[in-house]
Amino acid sequence: MVRPDRGVGIVGWGVYIPVHRIRAEELARAWGRDWKRFAAGVFVEEKSLPGLDEDTFTIAYEAAKNALRRARIDPKSVRAVYVGTESKPYAVKPTSTMLIEALDLGERSTTGADFEFACKAGTEALEATIGLVGSGMIDYGLVIGADTAQGAPGDPLEYTAASGGAALVIGPVENSIAEIVASHSFVTDTPDFWRRKLVKYPAHTKAFTGVPAYFRHITTAARALMDELGTNPGDYDYAVFHQPNGKFPLRVGKMLGFPKEKILPGLITPKIGNTYSGSSLVGLSAVLDVAKPGQKILVASFGSGAGSDAFHIEVLDGIEEAQALAPRVSDYVNWKRYVDYAIYARNRRMYKMPNDMGAY
Amino acid sequence: MWSVKASVPSLWREAPSRYRLEATECVECGARHYPPREICPRCGSKNLRRVRLPESGKVISFTHVRAPLRGFEYYTPLTLAIIELDDGTRILGQLTDVDPEDVVEGMRVSAVIRIVRVSGETGVVSYALKFRPEMPTGDR
Repeated sequence: MVRPDRGVGIVGWGVYIPVHRIRAEELARAWGRDWKRFAAGVFVEEKSLPGLDEDTFTIAYEAAKNALRRARIDPKSVRAVYVGTESKPYAVKPTSTMLIEALDLGERSTTGADFEFACKAGTEALEATIGLVGSGMIDYGLVIGADTAQGAPGDPLEYTAASGGAALVIGPVENSIAEIVASHSFVTDTPDFWRRKLVKYPAHTKAFTGVPAYFRHITTAARALMDELGTNPGDYDYAVFHQPNGKFPLRVGKMLGFPKEKILPGLITPKIGNTYSGSSLVGLSAVLDVAKPGQKILVASFGSGAGSDAFHIEVLDGIEEAQALAPRVSDYVNWKRYVDYAIYARNRRMYKMPNDMGAY
Repeated sequence: MWSVKASVPSLWREAPSRYRLEATECVECGARHYPPREICPRCGSKNLRRVRLPESGKVISFTHVRAPLRGFEYYTPLTLAIIELDDGTRILGQLTDVDPEDVVEGMRVSAVIRIVRVSGETGVVSYALKFRPEMPTGDR
């Protein structure tokens, strides 16, 4: 377990989920499958997908803007911008510097970088920013987890790989709406999921996906954190876990001793799919949208490859005022337009145009 | 006229106006210009200052482009609109996240950053603010 030297907290939070949705049933229809047999077990009814003109940068931008609205700080005081993603617009060119320019953040001494750790790149960026703020090196940092996740056509991942993101403004606890009291990270070399360079879609091994990867890492990180803090599931009002599907978070919660009532408020994947680096932070944002001062939240991310970051968060006064300053997760979840597989394929840029200058 | 490949120096130069709706305002006559100008087209003054325009407004007029210039084929139909921002400045912009048949004069829109086009597999991605219908929210 690690704790910052000075108190660190969440000053503002925000999300963005594209308006476009495709139903799991439509995905199954395109490949001639019975979705009830093939995909209903993952408990994802529909998933978000990017518009033709959206990518991780545009998603990160809108999430960050919402977080800054709630933070009510001078954007120039943000001195670190870290983006966790596995779907960078450029293989080489940071998304973070584009955000610094577009949002007019920071002054001359601003640090920016893109983080990659499969689905936990966002919380890895959070951990680094807690270190910068907690050591007193900076006052405010912006953390983003965002993805336009890839699932190969016809692959089971196609039913869950979605698009969206969340942003947190991290700062001194005295200006925060929730304190990040402590964290615990656990990582191992586990080959459950990967994507080689220049390859469009990831590969995964069924044998490693569940118990050796997701369940082992989350339970280890969360139990270690609770053991060292002397807390137990009864002390928490909410638990948010990485949500690759609608089933795993409830199962890992049961393994740890959390009833589903504490998990459901932050379980968003059944309605929008798995936003990868955004997943656990979108779940946390949904909880912050409704949380009250004094409540406690346990967050445990998961990233393939593999690892988990667990955080103990305590909600502070002032959160209710901030909740109204930007769209909530539920606003984005409910604002949707359905597309069929042909439009899905177009938006996902699965078609190759002749002389395609618009290629992405 | 657009060239087929985006000019990297001009994208870099225009970032403040493309990303943040930075415009010029004439100190002499108060006119606002977007994109930014060196000389006020209304009174000829060179005494201009940089301002940021409001990021919401309403659609005044629009057209749908179904036969676009080369480089925009993947994005058809494009909807271009004259938007009157909340300070009264009128700008030409692109609409997004709306079907052509749902666009109406007077509809409220707000700015969001989006991809404008991509210069092939090796070129830069051009981004700019576009406008989308204002989002309905719950109890806010």
